[in-house]
Amino acid sequence: MGLAKRIIPCLDVDNGRVVKGVKFVEIRDAGDPVEVARRYNEEGADEITFLDITASSDDRETIVHVVEQVASEVFIPLTVGGGIHKVEDVRHMLLAGADKVAINTAAVFNPEFVKEAADRFGSQCIVVAIDAKRVDHHWEIFTHGGRKPTGIDAIEWARKMADYGAGEILLTSMDRDGTKVGFDNELTRAVAEAVPIPVIASGGVGNLQHLVDGVQQGGADAVLAASIFHFAEYSVGEAKRFMANQGVEVRL
Amino acid sequence: MGQKIAVIDYGMGNLRSVSKAVEHVAGDAEVRVTDDVAWIANADRVVFPGQGAARDCMAAIGQHHVRQAILDAARHKPFLGICMGLQVLMTRSQENGGTDLLDLFPGQVVRFAADMPGDNGLHLKIPHMCWSCVDPVAEHPLWDGIAPGSRFYYVHSYHVVPEDQSLVAATTDYGVRFNCAIARDNLFAVQFHPEKSADAGLQLLKNFVNWQP
Repeated sequence: MGLAKRIIPCLDVDNGRVVKGVKFVEIRDAGDPVEVARRYNEEGADEITFLDITASSDDRETIVHVVEQVASEVFIPLTVGGGIHKVEDVRHMLLAGADKVAINTAAVFNPEFVKEAADRFGSQCIVVAIDAKRVDHHWEIFTHGGRKPTGIDAIEWARKMADYGAGEILLTSMDRDGTKVGFDNELTRAVAEAVPIPVIASGGVGNLQHLVDGVQQGGADAVLAASIFHFAEYSVGEAKRFMANQGVEVRL
Repeated sequence: MGQKIAVIDYGMGNLRSVSKAVEHVAGDAEVRVTDDVAWIANADRVVFPGQGAARDCMAAIGQHHVRQAILDAARHKPFLGICMGLQVLMTRSQENGGTDLLDLFPGQVVRFAADMPGDNGLHLKIPHMCWSCVDPVAEHPLWDGIAPGSRFYYVHSYHVVPEDQSLVAATTDYGVRFNCAIARDNLFAVQFHPEKSADAGLQLLKNFVNWQP
């Protein structure tokens, strides 16, 4: 019936440069975000996500300029996350040309913010990012780049965020992020079963089979990866052809 | 002197994306995001985008005083509705407990059923947020250079059911086969987002910019 799964390259942007850390350390420079976004678009990316990891709020305007530039020449959906704390931040990013914003930490500290943002701008542009880590026999939400535990159950949280008007869940396994051993497909499946909205699997992709597994085992509607695309291990086009050959429907 | 293209601004949706994409394909045209009814009335063609909930869109159309300008343009000049810009042309939407729309075409806007089976053992997700195949039902200048079955980007939970089936210009399958485009004389309106649909979307916008209905 043509239910294409989306392939979403993710750019971690620090002060205007694309970087990729391994478990949030060991940052490597991976280029100019506008150039990288242009390349991904040409290769057939279905969407591009920018995560702004700039530490200083003084430098936050940099990501706005990046989004403006990309949005003027790349005509696929653009998502921006990182540092989105209030309705005004959402508006600012949408005006710069983002189609969606990813809200992470701010949602945990103020869930009403998600409701407010969805009411104001529509669910279609509100992505709730969840960083989850296995703790005993469940998954728990962590904030601040995976450093701070919250005691909140990830599945319950995903359900609540869907009720609050999130249009999509960006689900990152903190256990897998940067490890290249594959998504936590059990986690993805559990969340995908719990919510009526699309789920993007993230964290841990090391090869193309991992992308297939995220869809087939995890039940993800979209798969997100960063490092395998940045360092040209694989192109987005190769990834899509591989997935198609494995029976995953994609836009080619 | 290039043509004038108005992108109607009523505060709903990512208008910058739409105007940037139209500019990208429109050569020397002047593309303006505007709620100035005089400018809209003088424009050579009009794009009517929109995102968000039906009730909010209708309220915003009222607050910006563009209702009559939209209806006039839809009747008299090349007109392209996008997403909510398609839905609000109908009579009534199920959204927000029932919302009266512009009623240019008799018809309803209905929500996807919650229990449609997907291809992975889960229910189909709502919103329908993916690149899906668009199947034209007849030839139309706006499909020029676009292969039948090309994928366009969608994000929506409701779809249109016009009473007059001859309005339907294309359909898409998402659990059910729904109407994703309508056409009548100088008007064309689509549920998907051409401004976010890479090459296929830019081709459709280019066709619109050159369209002489």
